[in-house]
Amino acid sequence: METCPSVKNILLLDSEGKRIAVKYYSDDWPTNNAKEAFEKAVFNKTQKTNARTEAEITMLENNILVYKFVQDLYFYVTGGEDENEIILAAVLQGFFDAVGILLRGNVDKREALENLDLILLCIDEIVDGGIILETDANSIATKVASNSVDAGAPLSEQTISQALATAREHLARSLLK
Amino acid sequence: MAQPLVKKDDDRDDEEYSPFLGIEKGAVLQEARVFNDPQLDARRCSQVITKLLYLLNQGETFTKIEATEVFFSVTKLFQSRDIGLRRMVYLMIKELSPSADEVIIVTSSLMKDMNSRTDMYRANAIRVLCRITDGTLLTQIERYLKQAIVDKNPVVASAALVSGIHLLQTNPEIVKRWSNEVQEAVQSRAALVQFHALALLHQIRQNDRLAVSKLVTSLTKGTVRSPLAQCLLIRYTSQVIRESGVNTQTGDRPFYDYLEGCLRHKAEMVIFEAARAITVLSGVTTRELTPAITVLQLFLSSSKPVLRFAAVRTLNKVAMTHPMAVTNCNIDMESLISDQNRSIATLAITTLLKTGNESSVDRLMKQITNFMSDIADEFKIVVVDAIRSLCLKFPLKYRSLMNFLSNILREEGGFEYKKAIVDSIVILIRDIPDAKESGLLHLCEFIEDCEFTYLSTQILHFLGNEGPKTSDPSKYIRYIYNRVILENATVRASAVSTLAKFGAMIDSLKPRIFILLRRCLFDNDDEVRDRATLYLNTLGGDGSVVETDKDVKEFLFGSLDIPLTNMETSLKNYIQNPSEEPFDINSVPKEVKSQPLVEKKAPGKKPTGLGAPPTGPTSTADTYERILSSIPEFTSFGKLFKSSAPVELTEAETEYAVNVVKHIFDRHVVFQYNCTNTIPEQLLENVFVIVDASEAEEFSEVGSKPLKSLPYDTPGQTFVAFEKPEGVPAVGKFSNMLRFTVKEVDTSTGEAEDDGVEDEYQLEDFEVVAADYMVKVGVSNFRNAWESMGPDFERIDEYGLGPRESLAEAVSTVINLLGMQPCEGTEVVPSNSRSHSCLLSGLYIGNMKVLVRLSFGIDASKEVAMKLAVRSEDENVSDTIHDIVASG
Repeated sequence: METCPSVKNILLLDSEGKRIAVKYYSDDWPTNNAKEAFEKAVFNKTQKTNARTEAEITMLENNILVYKFVQDLYFYVTGGEDENEIILAAVLQGFFDAVGILLRGNVDKREALENLDLILLCIDEIVDGGIILETDANSIATKVASNSVDAGAPLSEQTISQALATAREHLARSLLK
Repeated sequence: MAQPLVKKDDDRDDEEYSPFLGIEKGAVLQEARVFNDPQLDARRCSQVITKLLYLLNQGETFTKIEATEVFFSVTKLFQSRDIGLRRMVYLMIKELSPSADEVIIVTSSLMKDMNSRTDMYRANAIRVLCRITDGTLLTQIERYLKQAIVDKNPVVASAALVSGIHLLQTNPEIVKRWSNEVQEAVQSRAALVQFHALALLHQIRQNDRLAVSKLVTSLTKGTVRSPLAQCLLIRYTSQVIRESGVNTQTGDRPFYDYLEGCLRHKAEMVIFEAARAITVLSGVTTRELTPAITVLQLFLSSSKPVLRFAAVRTLNKVAMTHPMAVTNCNIDMESLISDQNRSIATLAITTLLKTGNESSVDRLMKQITNFMSDIADEFKIVVVDAIRSLCLKFPLKYRSLMNFLSNILREEGGFEYKKAIVDSIVILIRDIPDAKESGLLHLCEFIEDCEFTYLSTQILHFLGNEGPKTSDPSKYIRYIYNRVILENATVRASAVSTLAKFGAMIDSLKPRIFILLRRCLFDNDDEVRDRATLYLNTLGGDGSVVETDKDVKEFLFGSLDIPLTNMETSLKNYIQNPSEEPFDINSVPKEVKSQPLVEKKAPGKKPTGLGAPPTGPTSTADTYERILSSIPEFTSFGKLFKSSAPVELTEAETEYAVNVVKHIFDRHVVFQYNCTNTIPEQLLENVFVIVDASEAEEFSEVGSKPLKSLPYDTPGQTFVAFEKPEGVPAVGKFSNMLRFTVKEVDTSTGEAEDDGVEDEYQLEDFEVVAADYMVKVGVSNFRNAWESMGPDFERIDEYGLGPRESLAEAVSTVINLLGMQPCEGTEVVPSNSRSHSCLLSGLYIGNMKVLVRLSFGIDASKEVAMKLAVRSEDENVSDTIHDIVASG
């Protein structure tokens, strides 16, 4: 109880339970197999629930799990069984909303993968080694966005340049085929 | 037709599109060569890093060489001035967790960034450097970190503080030097900086109670800016409360007002943290609980599932200790049974089961029956556990609860769920004699159609022990023999053993059992045939000389007094070294080997809360009995009457943790000292306890058993035995000194030095009290038991208990003093009641049944009076009970 509120992991899975981005902070799951098994259990337990309007909550393997879904993206935050549920929910909400801002409302798997760098930076700005750094979605998004490609360029221009970059990649890919 | 088909394919492609489709490690590593280009393309490099991070995130691993290569090329990217790229570089370095000699390469770059004018560089460079650095490097950068803690940019300050929290684990002496700066940061106007500073400051000072208390005192009066920091402060405050205790003069608890004030905070997380903290205060009173329960009740009807869950989970815990306090929420809780979120519904049900009274059981069971069909197995297990405890609390209701259990036993379900039900029925049969016959029949019906071999064999074993003692044992034979006909070999073999047990116990059934056993001689499985032959032989079914009755029963019912692991090792040794001699079971050591370190360290999670496995039928008493009977010196003491709960003899977190279990025999007591060595650098040998019994005149020491060796973190036991007058509940105080030989251990090799030093360690005193001679044994119908005991040895007297905190506190004090089992839920005192009756039952040393009726009354000045009526089988025992109360 005297310990600092802490997060055991943050998961972002797709609608089949596959990883998009995950980050573990505790050694409860030492190997990749253990992590995947946990993610599978998490997904199986929660996929049928309706966590689209409000964040939902359950317990799994003596951990508290809060989660929220949008489109084909499944957001999860795990904490120990003695953790304050509402703190974990605040972390989840911060993560969820920050991703929404960073993806400019187009929150789905495809967009998330296209901007995986932003997602990874976002997770990095929320929790450091299990300790909560920031839960306010706007602050998180600002910290991540100010670091994204072409610093100083306004966000609107970035979209264009990013679009150009992906277009180039598309072209290159189809040429290679 | 062809057209739409093609289109559908297109759609599919679209859906499956991913920028990482077909990504391959080798190719990405090739791509990483762009990091070495003289003209860096920042965007390209960022993309490659993202790909590398994607691979790592998907569980791909890099070999040592690959990782080193990537690391070196990534370090080249410090040349680029692109902020976004730098950010990805930081992330990549953290993920690669470079080795010490590699760290040196980036140190200078990172130190430069630490002093950069860009805030983002400073903050991230600190986090990266602190993550990968070791102690020696830390001294070099310490100066910058101290500066960063008081940096005016909150992100930089937080980065330094959070890194400090991590570094405190590895380099405490360095981080402790920063307390002045951290102290300054606690006063920061930035909300999160204050939160991180508070967390670090508390960790630096956590062993200094006075400093923590001062910190809490000043902050609870000052301003705390973020809800997170407020939650932290609540946690620290409850720690201080726990360590300071109640102010006995005014009855007020220090800082309670602060906690109560937090219940009115605007952030939900703070309200909840405070409510939770209040509910776990030690010895919390109803008056203190009420405001916390009220806010939790509001949460129960929140639209947010997280709030409902948090509230019902906390109330569930409160219900274990203060069921009456929660009853106000029962209506809200009943509506939660239909909650969409099944975790919430299950917690609501189990809470209701705990707070329910006898009259509400039937109504509740009806609601649960509907609920059971649509929840997952893991929730069902929790409900089954709750029902079991409810049944033990209200034994009169066993019929409806047992029916419920047998109904759900018949329904579909996985192994763990079925096992939980079977375990519950077994426990109910053991504890409620009236439930035995119906319970056994339910189990018999279950094994008629049971797909789990393990459960079938367990039930058959149990049936063999309990079935012969019922009024009509023959009715079980059919069920058992059906197993022999229908089941697999494992179940058949245990059915044969069960048949033999019936044959051994009931002479009238013997001839019929022999017929059945002879049929088993033609079974196609070796083990089944062997068992049948063996039992026919021992029971005399083949006309040979019959062994004595006692031997037979000992053979069939006695437990193996050898730890199975020892048996296994001995057998393995025997097989490895072939010899002519037959295996001698007496050669197996009987000492209980302490568990190896690894086994204990492995997933050391407490199974609690939802999804906790149910406790099996083996009780601690069985374990103690087995341990004691394995020590030859103590075998002459006869049957173990009672083992107490462990009493701690050391404070938490001391070098050696020791607790004692008091084993009471008719003419002896044995103290079992459970010792744990918490110092990795030490091996203790020849560990024993010197007991000074000068304040326990009726006891004299008769023997002891030292512990040969006590390695780090591997619990071991040493024993001391005392003789005392037969049947007399002798009491006394014992002071203890732990003696041992210390040997230094090299932690890197795990080897101990040859020479040791003798040392001793003072343990706390403990007492043998009257309650140690009382075993808690419940009765299902107290009135019947009371009437049938008769008034021959009844003793009634009245006592004044003086001013008490509350009626409930007085009741629980008397129950603990007597160490008896409260019956029919009478240990629970409704809040605000002025009088209360409590029924207790127990078994006193010498196997004397004792029943007690207590009537309490409390007046306005909190003076408590008590009437004590005792009935027992012996007038001396009745008198002794009064003596206990009079002297307590």
